[in-house]
Amino acid sequence: MTKSSKITWRDVHLAFGPKQVLKGINLNVEKGESLVVIGGSGSGKSVLIKSVLGITKPDTGQVIVDDQDIVGCSARDREAVNAKIGMLFQGGALFDSISVWENVAFGLIQTGAARGSIARSRAIDVLGRVGLDKTVADLSPSELSGGMQKRVALARAIVNEPEIIFFDEPTTGLDPIMSDVINQLIVSCVRDLGATAVTITHDMASARTIADKVAMLYEGQIIWHAPVAQLDFPGNEFVEQFVHGRGEGPIQMTVRQ
Amino acid sequence: MKLLSGIGSVVLTFLAATGRVAVFAGSGLSHCFRPPFHGKQIIRQLIEVGFYCLPVVALTTLFSGMVLALQSYTGFARFSAESAVANVVVLSMTRELAPVLAGLMVAGRIGASMAAEIGTMRVTEQIDALSTLSTHPMKYLVVPRILAGLTMLPILVLIGDIIGVFGGYLVGVYRLGFNAVGYIEQSWSFVETLDVVSGLVKAGVFGFIVTLMGCYHGYMSRGGAQGVGIATTNAVVSSAILILVANYVITESFFSK
Ligand SMILES: Nc1ncnc2c1ncn2[C@@H]1O[C@H](COP(=O)(O)OP(=O)(O)OP(=O)(O)O)[C@@H](O)[C@H]1O
Ligand SMILES: [Mg+2]
Repeated sequence: MTKSSKITWRDVHLAFGPKQVLKGINLNVEKGESLVVIGGSGSGKSVLIKSVLGITKPDTGQVIVDDQDIVGCSARDREAVNAKIGMLFQGGALFDSISVWENVAFGLIQTGAARGSIARSRAIDVLGRVGLDKTVADLSPSELSGGMQKRVALARAIVNEPEIIFFDEPTTGLDPIMSDVINQLIVSCVRDLGATAVTITHDMASARTIADKVAMLYEGQIIWHAPVAQLDFPGNEFVEQFVHGRGEGPIQMTVRQ
Repeated sequence: MKLLSGIGSVVLTFLAATGRVAVFAGSGLSHCFRPPFHGKQIIRQLIEVGFYCLPVVALTTLFSGMVLALQSYTGFARFSAESAVANVVVLSMTRELAPVLAGLMVAGRIGASMAAEIGTMRVTEQIDALSTLSTHPMKYLVVPRILAGLTMLPILVLIGDIIGVFGGYLVGVYRLGFNAVGYIEQSWSFVETLDVVSGLVKAGVFGFIVTLMGCYHGYMSRGGAQGVGIATTNAVVSSAILILVANYVITESFFSK
């Protein structure tokens, strides 16, 4: 572990009842780095991210953020850690009882960073950066399309300019052009704001654009962790099969014919 | 042996559930006294409980007062005690009917919608999202609702008392031929402070029960739309049972001499 490491998972185990999802995760994200996590559907990528936010609690092991183990830490420490983190939930998780701009400005208003018309104009600003114009600001989230909701959720995750940002499938459900806009946005969050980003994606093109490093989660463990340049020749047949999306290979999909 | 273990597991499940509710209630109440307070949410819930429940509570108490006058008149005629109608109406309205009926109606009207709203927020990860946006879900969702229940139900019941007595008055004067002034005077001089106060204490407790059950079942709901449906039913049923039990306990503690 280097001095500048931002998030470290150390031998993290996590199970839901009898189902062991994480079986000894060891992973490190450095400060200002953009890590992309890939892995099969249901392999535990979302759970991995949520273990940092305290939404799912590891059974054993450590999750270290800024040199502090946050598994079983006090409620106050937990709040302090979460305040550093912006999260884009896979399903968006927008608040449907308030308008789009109030969703985006929610964190600003709750922390007292901005209120009233200032918060509103900040929100509209960030909505612009995810390609939404200000006519959507006063709509309710349920009036938006799936891709638009995703972008509102993205805006909400970055509006506070957090130190750490988690993107759970940011480009799923977006058209190719909008995907690229979002990829560039994530890159600029990392480059310009100096944020540390962890992105989950199934989109290899997107992974190539935003990643400094790529980690692959398979059967509850990180089986590969390397700079993105090695993605084409990973030297690991699991990663190779996954990246090229081949049906044949060591990863067996259990489907009935 | 099988029977014994069956009974044992039912008892254990019951105790575990009671424990979870108690912990939830304790945490909810303790958050009531610790800042930050979400004023906007509190006002929204006060209106939701106080204003939107007023029509149902007014209607039920009006008709209960009317039917009570009619029933006690015809019933008491058997031992020539018809003159006690005003007394019976005011006593049963303030002590029993207004709080219990209001409690049950509010359980159906508000407890259910609280469980559905919070339950939906749980299964769509909105509650998780709150905690990543510097907002404690207990403070933002649960505290405003419990406060609204605790304060608004007594007010509703006080209004219900008056409307119920007025219902009795309508039937007594226009249907049964009592003297209008006499009826009012008789009610007023007969009712004691303790009758009204005990009813208001009941109302506060019932308001707490209804909102607590709505929040608890919503908060703990799991597994999609079906889970939310179950939470809603459980909230209403458990509120109704707890209201009836608490009603007996409070009556016993006020009036057993
Ligand atoms: N709250 C929960 N309760 C029970 N099991 C859960 C829960 N959350 C996740 N799981 C299980 O954990 C496993 C990993 O889930 P996770 O959501 O992390 O998958 P994922 O890698 O993000 O998949 P996808 O790419 O499809 O989003 C799944 O098998 C899922 O069934
Ligand atoms: Mg996922």
